[in-house]
Amino acid sequence: MGTAARRKALRMNAFAWLLLFPSLIFLLLFTLYPVFGSLKLSLYQADLGTPEPYFAGLDNYAAMAEDEVFWKVLTNNVWFAVGTVPTSIMISLLMAIFANKVMRAKGLVRTAFFYPTVIPMIAIGNIWLFIYTPDYGMVARVLEWFGLEGPNWLGTQSLVMIAMIIMVLWKEAGYFMVFFLAGLQNISEELYESAKVDGVPAWRVFWRITFPLLMPTTLFVSIIALTNSFKLVDHLWIMTKGGPENASNLLLYYIFETAFSFWDRGMASALTTVMIALLLLLAALQFFGFDRKIHYR
Amino acid sequence: MRSMTKALLLMTACATFAAGCSGGGNDPAPTSSSGGGNGEKPAATESAKPSGEKVELTFYYPVAVGGPITKTIEDLAQQFMDENPNITVKPVYTGSYADTMLKAQAAVQGGTPPDTAVLLSTELFTLLDMDAIEPLDPFIAADGTEGETFINDFYPAFMANSQTEGQTYGIPFQRSTIVLYYNKEAFKEAGLDPEKAPATWDELADYAKKLTKDGQWGLEIPVTGFQYWMFQTFALQNGDNMMSPDGKKVFFDTPENVEALQFWSDLAKVHKVMPEGATEWGTVPSDFIEGKTAMMYHTTGNLTNVKNNAKFDFGVSFLPQKKTYGTPTGGGNFYIFKGISEEKQQAAWKFIKFMTDTDRIAQWSIDTGYVAPRVSAYETEAMKAYVQEFPAALVARDQLQYASAELSTHNNGKVSKFINDAIQSVLTSTVEPAAALKKAQEEAEKALEPFNK
Amino acid sequence: MMKKISYGLMYILAAVWTAPLVWTIWTAFRPKRLALSSSITFDFTLVNFTHVWSAAPFTTYYINTILIVAGIFAVQFLTASMAAFAFARIDFWGKNIVFLLFLAQIMIPADILIFPNYNVLRDLSLLDTKLGIMIPYFASAFGVFLLRQMFKTLPFELDEAARLEGCNLWQVLWKIYVPLARPAYISFGLVSVSYHWNNFLWPLIVTNSIENRPLTVGLAIFAQSFETGAQWSEVTAATIIVILPLLLGFMVFQRQFMNSFIHSGIK
Repeated sequence: MGTAARRKALRMNAFAWLLLFPSLIFLLLFTLYPVFGSLKLSLYQADLGTPEPYFAGLDNYAAMAEDEVFWKVLTNNVWFAVGTVPTSIMISLLMAIFANKVMRAKGLVRTAFFYPTVIPMIAIGNIWLFIYTPDYGMVARVLEWFGLEGPNWLGTQSLVMIAMIIMVLWKEAGYFMVFFLAGLQNISEELYESAKVDGVPAWRVFWRITFPLLMPTTLFVSIIALTNSFKLVDHLWIMTKGGPENASNLLLYYIFETAFSFWDRGMASALTTVMIALLLLLAALQFFGFDRKIHYR
Repeated sequence: MRSMTKALLLMTACATFAAGCSGGGNDPAPTSSSGGGNGEKPAATESAKPSGEKVELTFYYPVAVGGPITKTIEDLAQQFMDENPNITVKPVYTGSYADTMLKAQAAVQGGTPPDTAVLLSTELFTLLDMDAIEPLDPFIAADGTEGETFINDFYPAFMANSQTEGQTYGIPFQRSTIVLYYNKEAFKEAGLDPEKAPATWDELADYAKKLTKDGQWGLEIPVTGFQYWMFQTFALQNGDNMMSPDGKKVFFDTPENVEALQFWSDLAKVHKVMPEGATEWGTVPSDFIEGKTAMMYHTTGNLTNVKNNAKFDFGVSFLPQKKTYGTPTGGGNFYIFKGISEEKQQAAWKFIKFMTDTDRIAQWSIDTGYVAPRVSAYETEAMKAYVQEFPAALVARDQLQYASAELSTHNNGKVSKFINDAIQSVLTSTVEPAAALKKAQEEAEKALEPFNK
Repeated sequence: MMKKISYGLMYILAAVWTAPLVWTIWTAFRPKRLALSSSITFDFTLVNFTHVWSAAPFTTYYINTILIVAGIFAVQFLTASMAAFAFARIDFWGKNIVFLLFLAQIMIPADILIFPNYNVLRDLSLLDTKLGIMIPYFASAFGVFLLRQMFKTLPFELDEAARLEGCNLWQVLWKIYVPLARPAYISFGLVSVSYHWNNFLWPLIVTNSIENRPLTVGLAIFAQSFETGAQWSEVTAATIIVILPLLLGFMVFQRQFMNSFIHSGIK
């Protein structure tokens, strides 16, 4: 490279870094540093019983491995993900396909599905707490019309997760629908027309054309849905506080409890580290797993 | 394009500026709706203020009962400020007890503690472990005989959660006990004497069975929220308290407690007089008012709410006894925080005395339904007139002779979670009381280890 | 025929989807004594709303929320535009590493890091401030990726034409790219605003005082404040007060809301 070219390259690099600088400060301070900070603090015993935190190695992790509540919480997260991710993708895909077609009140239908997205999770928790209340809640009233007695949704260990999943599906399906709508609109009409000309049945059209071409969107949506299933805990605060007996407790809420109710800072950091590792693992799996299946034009 | 950039930069600058400026937590809001605050920031490092300059107190308080409590508190604060022109009180409504505790702790950890707050009496040990609160004995002593009369006027049952190791840290303010509410009309319908509430465990089960019918439960006891508090009733009625007064030991798995938990569980599963599963704390009073349950265990704090909303004649009585009557106390105390200046501490002490003044505390009790924590409050004209018209208000006070301290230990957050989970495991699934309590005991002991060295 | 049935089912589904909102609105306008009854009368009242408005300082909460949301987006606008431009148009040393860093923020969002971020805020003495609530969000990987996508679709000829007229890269960014990427900014804005309007757990632990409390925390505290039992008339009224602006905004601008998602070409 000639010196003039080199100088230009240097200037360009400097300029680029200058552009990145503001974002980088905040990223470093509030994404990178906290990750390593948690890692470090997780190796300390720092709770109410230790006014001076001391280095304890992997003690917190050992205690975590023996902690029943931790395993319960982790299992709950798995069930929560399993319950919300595929289901929400299916529902939202269905919604998108129908909302994409010419039908009366298309706009209204889309609005009806999408509006829960703009409501804060904490308000949704409030609303559904009322809906699930035995005897006076909406669900109980509806069942009453059919002469059935509804159970105590949020108070029964076997039902509370299902109740939460339904609520989260209600919130998220509309949001994902919009992404699928975008994806659908990017599929060329020609493909559908030539399929029609060839007399291909509708479901085949879906499996061979629509679904594969929507793979990138599906990947995107599934990542969001999966991350959301870990992030969404606001409702626990207002509805069950993780109960009954941790049946609805989730990892992030357990971190919140450990940090701000038990004030066990070492353990909270350890739990955060575990959560971070989990998320990174899942992201990696999704990227490499899906990668093979995506058809790009 | 340039103007758009300019506009955006201006917007950012303004937003950040405005946000940064009005941050810091102690500046007046653009529309001040909370009472009393002036523009003074409490200095983090206190320097001696020349006398005559205003002292500003930040006061965190929870609202745990329905009604215009915020207004009442702000009115009281205003009255105090009128009487003490050199003190400004800034009451900050911080949500439920749990929220208030969270915020107080966060504030302490962040280096900007409030000056005074009303917190659950059970948070005593946690606050001590954080070295967050001041002992109040010096203040009491400084008031001489007046101080002595003051502190002795509080019911011992309420002082139990306010003192430890010979020192006083809290002044009872909005205290309660659990009582039995019962629907007199439902009693009549079931052929029971509406003036006679069940007095023993057996009678409780018996009455509840008679009262249970389609659309109506005999009894409801909350299984969420403060279920350990509810459990303490049975435990105290059958044996000793669940923890040691110094907050370092717990006694969860005694045979008496196992029996107590078994009784509670049987009410739901065997006698079928209570709904199974986790009955939500908040729905129990609504259920009672709507007539979906004929009896309920709940806080006296609900008295005014039930009185105003129940369309039927209802009664309030002691909780049924087993070996003795018994109930835990509940509710909040005033604390003074460490790390604030001498002036502020004095001002806070004045404020506390003002708020717990006999007449005021009597009125507070009448307005909210909480038990007035001072003996003298029941001698005031206002209170006497009130109980004439509403004798139910005296039940909680009379039960005080059988009342004991609410469950409170070091590492309270963890320990109460263990016992709460244990109770829920028995009532919402099929775990046996003995096993559940044993597990809670082991877990609690582990959590209390560092405090027993 | 199948079509008609499936369309019918979709309409029913849409109706089911609106039921919770209808239920909430219904209860909020009913007088307290009828709140829990199943009678269908035309007894409506505004009393719940007036009670709630005077029971908690919702005006302050509103102002706080608006300040927070506006502040965050304003800063994000700047940081994301700049970073996106760098990614879209400049080949710089370490591009992939930095890209990974941004990706990390998407994988490990601030919501997961509430505890360590709380500690960082404490060390910076920013607890209980609105700035503290906003600051972890000032860098937005989502915005960067969105804008980068958009910028990449803009033809090089524009760059060249501008350069020929004597603009430097900085001016190219602000004078050409930003205005042309308007749809992307709109969707970025909508997503950012609705996310931060609705954020709860983080502001909950960061704020103590009313001066800094946003609507979500105010609502939650209000709803939990009844030791005596859930007062549904008031809680539903409070909920409506909190969700109304976004809901109205969405209803009025729903085309823009949804269209901007669609057209920003998120793939």
